[in-house]
This record gives sequence, structure tokens and C-alpha cells, in this order.
Amino acid sequence: MKFTLGWLKEHLETTADIDTISEKLTAIGLEVEEIIDRTQEFEGLIVADVVECGKHPDADRLNICTVDTGSEKLQVVCGAPNVRKGLRICFAPVGACIPAWPKEENILKKGVIRGQESNGMCCSEAELCLSDEANGIMELDTDVPAGTPFALAMGFDDPIIDIALTPNRADCAGIRGIARDLAAAGVGTLKPLTVKPVNGTFKSPVGTKLDFAAGNKHACPYFAGRAIRGVKNGTSPKWMQDRLIAAGLRPISTLVDITNYICLEYNRPLHVFDIAKLDGNITIRMGKGETFLALNEKEYVTDENDIVVADNKKILAMGGVMGGEECGASAETQDVYIEVAYFDPDHVRVSGAKHQITSEARYRFERGVDPAFPVTATELTTNLIMELCGGEPSEMVIAGAEPEWQRIIEFETDYVAQLSGVDVAVNEQISILETLGFKVEKKGEVSLSLIPPSWRGDVEGRADIVEEIIRIYGYDKVPSLSVRNDSSVMKSAFSPEKKRTADMIRLLASRGMNEAVTWSFTDEKTFVDFSFADKKKVKIANPLSSDWDTMRHSIMGNLLQGAQRNASRSILCGSMFEVGPVFFGQSPDEQPEMMAGLRYGSQTLKGWNTTQRGYNVFDAKADVAVLLSLAGLNPDNIPISTDAPSWYHPGRSGVFRLGKNVIAVFGEIHPALCEKYDLDMPVCGFEVFVDNLPAVKVKATATKPKLELSFLQPVNRDFAFVMASDVPANKLVRAAESADKKLISSVRLFDVYQGKGVEDGKKSMAITVTLQPFDTTLTDAEIEGVSQKIIANVEKQTGGTLRG
Amino acid sequence: MSAMEELKQKITQEIETATDLKALDEIRVNALGKKGAVTGLMQKIATLPPEERKSYGQAVNDVKTALETMLESRLAVLKKKELDARLIKEAVDVTLPAYDLDTQGSVHPITQTIEELVGIFADMGFDSATGPSLEDDFHNFTALNFPPNHPARAMHDTFYITPENEGDEPHVLRTHTSPVQIRYMEAHQPPIKMVCHGRVYRSDYDQTHTPMFHQMEGLMVDETTNFGHLKGTLKEALSAFFGVKDLPLRFRPSFFPFTEPSTEIDIGCSWKNGELVIGEGDKWMEVLGAGMVHPNVLKNCGYDPQKLQGFAFGMGIERLAMLKYGIPDLRTFFDADLRWMKHYGFMALQRPNRAIGE
Repeated sequence: MKFTLGWLKEHLETTADIDTISEKLTAIGLEVEEIIDRTQEFEGLIVADVVECGKHPDADRLNICTVDTGSEKLQVVCGAPNVRKGLRICFAPVGACIPAWPKEENILKKGVIRGQESNGMCCSEAELCLSDEANGIMELDTDVPAGTPFALAMGFDDPIIDIALTPNRADCAGIRGIARDLAAAGVGTLKPLTVKPVNGTFKSPVGTKLDFAAGNKHACPYFAGRAIRGVKNGTSPKWMQDRLIAAGLRPISTLVDITNYICLEYNRPLHVFDIAKLDGNITIRMGKGETFLALNEKEYVTDENDIVVADNKKILAMGGVMGGEECGASAETQDVYIEVAYFDPDHVRVSGAKHQITSEARYRFERGVDPAFPVTATELTTNLIMELCGGEPSEMVIAGAEPEWQRIIEFETDYVAQLSGVDVAVNEQISILETLGFKVEKKGEVSLSLIPPSWRGDVEGRADIVEEIIRIYGYDKVPSLSVRNDSSVMKSAFSPEKKRTADMIRLLASRGMNEAVTWSFTDEKTFVDFSFADKKKVKIANPLSSDWDTMRHSIMGNLLQGAQRNASRSILCGSMFEVGPVFFGQSPDEQPEMMAGLRYGSQTLKGWNTTQRGYNVFDAKADVAVLLSLAGLNPDNIPISTDAPSWYHPGRSGVFRLGKNVIAVFGEIHPALCEKYDLDMPVCGFEVFVDNLPAVKVKATATKPKLELSFLQPVNRDFAFVMASDVPANKLVRAAESADKKLISSVRLFDVYQGKGVEDGKKSMAITVTLQPFDTTLTDAEIEGVSQKIIANVEKQTGGTLRG
Repeated sequence: MSAMEELKQKITQEIETATDLKALDEIRVNALGKKGAVTGLMQKIATLPPEERKSYGQAVNDVKTALETMLESRLAVLKKKELDARLIKEAVDVTLPAYDLDTQGSVHPITQTIEELVGIFADMGFDSATGPSLEDDFHNFTALNFPPNHPARAMHDTFYITPENEGDEPHVLRTHTSPVQIRYMEAHQPPIKMVCHGRVYRSDYDQTHTPMFHQMEGLMVDETTNFGHLKGTLKEALSAFFGVKDLPLRFRPSFFPFTEPSTEIDIGCSWKNGELVIGEGDKWMEVLGAGMVHPNVLKNCGYDPQKLQGFAFGMGIERLAMLKYGIPDLRTFFDADLRWMKHYGFMALQRPNRAIGE
């Protein structure tokens, strides 16, 4: 909300300067976003008179003028067609800045033009950034003495204050409301509102009726207005235009400008209709499906949820939302009808939202205008119209009645200290509330009975009262208190599972992976490539763009797109991961947390001392394995199936399950997708279903289990077996392990071979078995016994035979 | 000179002139091996008459011992020579590049900042919670005292989800993490002291807005917590986060539907040579919104607002990370740009730890 200091001072008697006022506004909750001081824009420019004007001896289109600056007479060369003797101009003396010129060269220098000295410049509106008019110099119509600063002469010396208004403070959408708040905060006093009563001299030729069903009378309970005949609509006076422009509005005509002026000054939107364009009386009622051409030149179909202001034939305005194009005041308007109605905020909200109309009126009505103000507003408007447009007022027209807005809030004054932590003396509480317009009745030592003013519909209960008191008293006077207490220490804030996820993040980062954060949503096409057919698709109804209209099923699509962008920047190797939600539905339990990683290229770049190895499925498996180990699982003991999602290479991917729950998938990315994302290098990845991991077992103490170490030498034995080529490696390992669970401490597969020496359809796999005795050193016979059991077990479980 | 002495001299000379370990070993075998010359002399002892045995034996033993000592010292010399030669031969150009493994990963600034903040609040006794991104209207708005169609809802540019069944009330992508507060109050009894964090979504995209960002919010509800406690908590937390003792804060009255009184909080700062200096100067930068929990919010969670009261606050994680770590552009947080992640990210080891001031 923008307004000028001068306008504010029409309501606030104060000697405070702009800085004090600005600081106080922010301190009481009317945050100042900007103070615009226009005198700086026009610094150095002055009003001057052209006292002589003659042709330049050596240039047809140039004139040589003598300009009287009040203190001296200067020769100036001017090319404007309209320059002439006796003209008042905006003059830029040497050394002044020209607003329209680029910053680095905008200081005017003394010049010589075609051999004639020029000591300054006569400015056009374009050069002053006031309009696009560049065909001649600006002609001033002002009687200030020559030498007066231009900004002062133009009324630009009134600084503009721009405040950010919170939605609860409708009253401060009017300048008088702002003045009242400042007065309560001790910056001056609120000037009394003097309204000259208007004596109507005739009965209004237009009447107004409120026509609402019994349950809906609150839609528009109250109307005030009157006719004024014989007005002359023209251009509003400069002071009014200046203030409207400063507020960001465009002056239109005196009558329209008056309604805008009242709207800004008192937070009171209203209308002036041209009686000549009305058909009969005015009815305010709900819509019936009629079409309505609004001021924004768009057509709307009104329905039973829209309040309309109508005459016998047409809709004149959508109540509280926007006026109509047809019956507004124009240059020919002679007789007008003022309409000041109170519209219900809820109705205006619904209507405005449905038709997607934003307007000054809707902004104010939906936040709540003063329900007790229509009559005063009508008088204020009538006075302004009569003053600026002449005319003769009718008697006032009233329909309905002022709605019941009074409500009593019982308030205990010690609640201020209870809620805010600062003690404000009862007398000071009362004084603050009264200056803000509350009716205060003292019921006892600490009990008040309060009636909030009609313009403060936002004040509902005792918490609001505390806010009113301490924001005026000063938030800065509230002491800072500590919330530390003895019982609250020694506890981790993260849940054990959350801590585990945090650990997993650090673990991946320690393995060379970089943590990314990408959008939770994706585009439909990417979604299709990375979705589960049996899960629901969640769409955003109002996406910012079609690139972001579908909630992701998998993080992998986002990571692949990330890899694509990085690779396109010639970063040919990279690893990244993300932890975040995916969406299989809308309920909380359909939004599991996932941890996904992707590696592309190779772990080493082309090197003088290494052979480059591209990432493959086993890099992804290694990442998963360390994560599962961190989660307390032994990945070697979890069955692996090969039914990974469609975005993985079907022959180079795997799935870890606990029971029927998938806990992780891993593998190389499907070659078709790598091609689609321009990734001309190996790409592998994994996804861990964090929510499916087993709950962390919380131990009562930080003690670690006792370490059992054998003092006896372990024994390693290697075996190679030949078996059918489709036997999974982990079957062999498990068969060996199960030969003697006590003695065998590990089985490590170290070789797989197919080719010469092994018949077709078979493969050779070699393992190292470590035997760890705990009681006595192993004898050769014991070692041989275990070896035979291993060979027998492998043969039984895999069909493999010891390779000769 | 005896034959024995001759043999000794001959072998001694051989040892002294041996140039490599192989030659030396041959000399040793030829002299002291099973069929060696000195061994031969030793074997002769048994054939001598008993009276000669002692002196002969003594002499040949002396020769053997002397040769062994010589062999040993020559061996040491030759070994050293050989090692020296090997070391020269093995020398490499150490300016060649080292093994180039891509092992330096990073943790995203958002994760780091969240852990820092949770740590600070945990130290003050706050619990931590999270909740879902997709929320129903009740948890995101209604419970938080946003009446339907209220203009306060327009403060949030909300993403709506297409309902599963036509006519159902649409879910939203949560516009703040406040629904986690509601869910926490629904599940716990006071006293409440918690922070929550996570992704939030608003329909806005420009230089300073992204459609997804992160928030952290806090909530404390009991019978006595007041606005002064809010001020104290934020003063302590922000001072700790920015590492500035007594960080200047400005509490401005503001409006949020879910708090009353409400406030926005600015931190004192200034610009020096184009760089932001936090904690000194005459400028203010907004970092936080907060207030006393609105009685309607307490009521909506089944709490009695006549008895219970407390504060809530909320802040943008990215904004705090940008201020603290000098990250210039919000949009780059979500680009998955490896150059950015490596530059602005944190080493796995840099876990927020107040022992070392991180």
C-alpha cells in the first residue's frame, strides 16, 4: 500500500520526521518496504522563465534563449519547436542530472552548439521520465518564483511510503487507519474526522432495495447513497491526481478519482453511477445467471453465489468485486447516484475467487470494511463531489440497517504478562486500547470489558488483545527468556531411524557420492519411464509447467536427468545420490522415503598407471551392501531376485527383499534409457526403500558386544568347482558355509571361469574357505574332514564337482 | 706356506674380488659346501693320527671361521651395493599424477544446515519430527486456522493435487511444515517441545523462489511458555547458527493465521565490499516468522486454549544456508550440478559438531 507523507498528515497531527514515522510503522506491524523520495530524482532541476528567444544564426531549427533562473540570466541553445518568450520551463543548469540519461553520463556539461554557448538545458517530459512526450519541452503552469526546485513546484516533494500490509489489517488499507495506529504508538495525534452534514434538497429519483432470501440477508445488510444532479465531470485537481499517482493509480475523471480517493483514504470502496444510464431503481440481490460486462472489459456470468447490484434491466456491478462498464461516470455525466454498500467478506471471497477477479474493492471487502461507515462515507463523497464537480444533493437513501458488529471481549489484564512475558501497567493497556478505538469498561482491578471498534473485524479474542497491546507497547520491550531445563538434556532429537538415514547419507558421501536435492515432481514423459504399473499416479492439478506436473515414483529419473546435464558439460564421470519422498498415492503411508544413487562413467579417468574400468552392476551392489550393513543387515544372507524395475538392465540388476518387502534394487541402467538421456558411458544405480528397512534395535547402553578373538592360527583352503553355468554364485557360497558353521569363519568367491578346459554350459568357480579354530590347533585330519564335507555339500546343493 | 694357508689366501682373494651375490655364493659353496675345499680339509681330521688331530683341527677351524667372517662381511657389502643399484633403478618421476580415484563425495548444504539446526535445538531439549509432502486440506490449512477461501490462503501459492475421485476435496503439496506440528500435537500430550523440517512447495519460480524448498519449524506448548521464551529461544538458536555472540535481532509485529501475536524476525547485518556481514551494521534481513500459537490451532488439536499456550516458529533452510555459506542463487540448490555440489557441499566428515564449532 502506497501513500504520501502529506496525505498521512491530513489525518495525523505530528512533528515527527519521515525516518521516525518509518521506523514506528515497522515497529507496530506496518512494515515499510520503501520510502520513495522523488526530490532526489529531480535534484538540481529548477523552475525558470524564457525571457528572450531568437533564431540561432547558424542553424535553422535551433533557438538562442535567455533563461531567467531567478538568480541569473543564462544563454541556452534550445531545439524544441515550442520554445518561446514567456514560457515557464523545467531548467537543468550545468552540473544537474537529467533523469532519463544513463547514469554514467547524466551530468549536464556546458556546451557550445554551432558556435553558440549553451549554459544548461530546457527539459522535455521524456527527459524527466514523466511521460513519452519528447517533441517539445515541458510547459509549466505554476506561479512559484523562478529558481524554485522543480520537484517542489510539481508537488513531487511529498515522499511516498510503501508498506506491506498483512491480510488482517483491512483498516490500514485506508490512510486514516494508518494514522490511527501511529497515534496509538505515540507519533502525534489523530485529527478528528469532521464531516459537514449535507442537506438534501430533493428526493432521490433512484431508490435502492435489498432483496435477499431470509437466510442470506447478511450478504448485503446495509446500503447508503444519494443522487446529485447537475454535476460537471472533468479532470480532477492536481493535488488529487498527485496523490492517486503516488498510490499507483491512474487519474481518470473527477468522479472516478473521487471514489478512488475515498477508497484509499478510508478503506471504503464505493461507486458512482450515471443516472442517465440507469433503468429504474437499484436492487442489490444474488445473481440469476445474467451476463455482466465488468470494468476490466471482460464478461462474467453471475450466479446465485454472486452478489449483484442491478437496475431493472441489467447488472451494474458485482457486489464488492468489480463495477460495470456500462453505467459508470463519463464526461457527459450530469446526474449521479452514489452507492455505498456493506458486502459480506465471505460472499466477496467466494465470488472473487470463482471469477478470478482481483480488484481494490475485493481486496478490501474480503478483508472487511467498516460496517458502521456507509453514511459517513456517503457524506464525505457528496462533499467532495459538490466541491469539485458542483451539483445539488438529494436526500440520503438508506436501505437495510447497520449490521450488529459490536461484540464484547472480557479481558483479564494479567493475561498480557501470562502470554507475552512482559508486564504492561493496566492504565497503559487501557490507554493503548482506547487510542486504537476500543471501548473499554473497567470491571475490577484486573478485569476489562472491551468492545473492539467497528473497523477491527479481525480482533476476536484475548490473544488478539494481547497482540494489540504489545505491538503498540513494543515487541522490543519483551524480555528474552531461556527455555532450557534440566530434564531436557541427553537425548538425541532424531529418531533412531532418522539418525540411521543421516548416517547413510554420510556413508555415501564418504564413498565418493555427491548428495543432490531434486524436485519431488517430474514431467509425464519421464514419469512413464520411471514408474510402477501397479502404483497410483499422482498429478498436480495446477502445475507451474508441464515439466513439473506429476509426482515421481522414483528418484532415478531425476538423477539420470542430472547426469545428462553434467555429462553435457563434459563431466564424464560422476556419482550422486538423493534422499527424498516418492509418491504412490495421497495418504501419508503412500509417500515412502527413498535413497537413490547413480554412478556414471568410471571411477578413474583415463590414467597413465591404471586401466579405466566403467561402473557396472557390482558397483551399485557394493553401494547397497554397505548401506544394508549399516542398517544392521548382512547383505550376503538376503536373497536376491532378478525382477528389478523396468529402468534397469534386465540381465544386470537385482532386488533385495525382506519377506515380501523390497528393501533395495540395484543394477545397470537400461541401455535404451542411457541412450535416451545421451549417456554414452556405463551407468549404474540403486534405490533403497528406507521405510522398509527393519526398525533400529535400540540398546539400553552404549556398550558394544564383547570382541571374541581366537589366539589360534586360521587356515585358508582354496577349492574350485565345476557346475552348470546357471547356478548362482551365492548358492555355492552358502553350500560351502553350511558345511561347518562353527569352524568356517568365511567363504570368499574369488574366481569365475568359462572357456578352454571347462566344457560348454558349465563354469568353474573358485572359493577361499577360512577355518578359524577356537579351542585347539586344527589337525590335518580335521582340515581334511571339513574339506570333504564342503565338497559333499557343494555337490549336493549345486551339482558342482571339485575341479581336478 | 702351508697348503692350508695357500688355500685360505686364494679364497680370501676370491671373496674380496667377488662382485655379485651369485659369485660370492659360488665361492662359499666351493669352500664351505659339502664338497668344498675347506670341508675337504676338515674331513681329513679323522684320518690323522690322534696327536696331530688337535693342532690340525685347530688350524683348519680357524681358517673356516675366518672365511665365514669374511664371507659375511662381503655379503653385507654386496647386498648393500645391490640394494643401492636397485634403488637407483627403481626411481620414478614423482611429479606424475597420483591414482585418480573419484572418492571425494559431498553432503548437500540443505542436509548440513538441517543437521546443524536440529543439533542446536536438540541441545535446548527439542524433539524432532517429520511428515508427508502431500497433505489434506485440514492439516495444511484448516487446523492451522486458515478458514476456507480466506485471503490468508492466498499468501501461499498452493499446488493442488488432482483428487483420486471426482468431487473429493483436493489434497495439497504442503505449503509449509506446519502440518507436522498438527500431526505431532494429535499424537502427543503436552508439554510439547519439537522441531520439524522437510520439503515444502509453493507455486512460484523466479530468482528468489523455487516451487520446492525446505523449512524448519519449531513448536513449544505447555502452561507457561510465553512470547519472551520465543525471543530467548530464537536469540540463542540464531546466535549459535551464525556463530555470532548476541546476534542482534529485530522482532516486528506481523500476521500469520496460526499465531497470535505474530512476529517476523530480522537479523542485524551489513554489506562490506559486496559481502554480507552478519551480526553487525545497520541493515536488517528477514529470516523467520513466529508467534504464539493461535487458540484456534490448539483447539483444533484437542488442546484447551484456556490452559495451554506456547510458541511456534518457522524458517527457510535454503535462506539460512545462503546467508551463512554465501550461496548466491537459490535455484542452483536443485540442479544436481556436480561442480556446485562439490563446491558448496560438505565433506562426509564435516558432521555438525559444536565441539569443533561446526
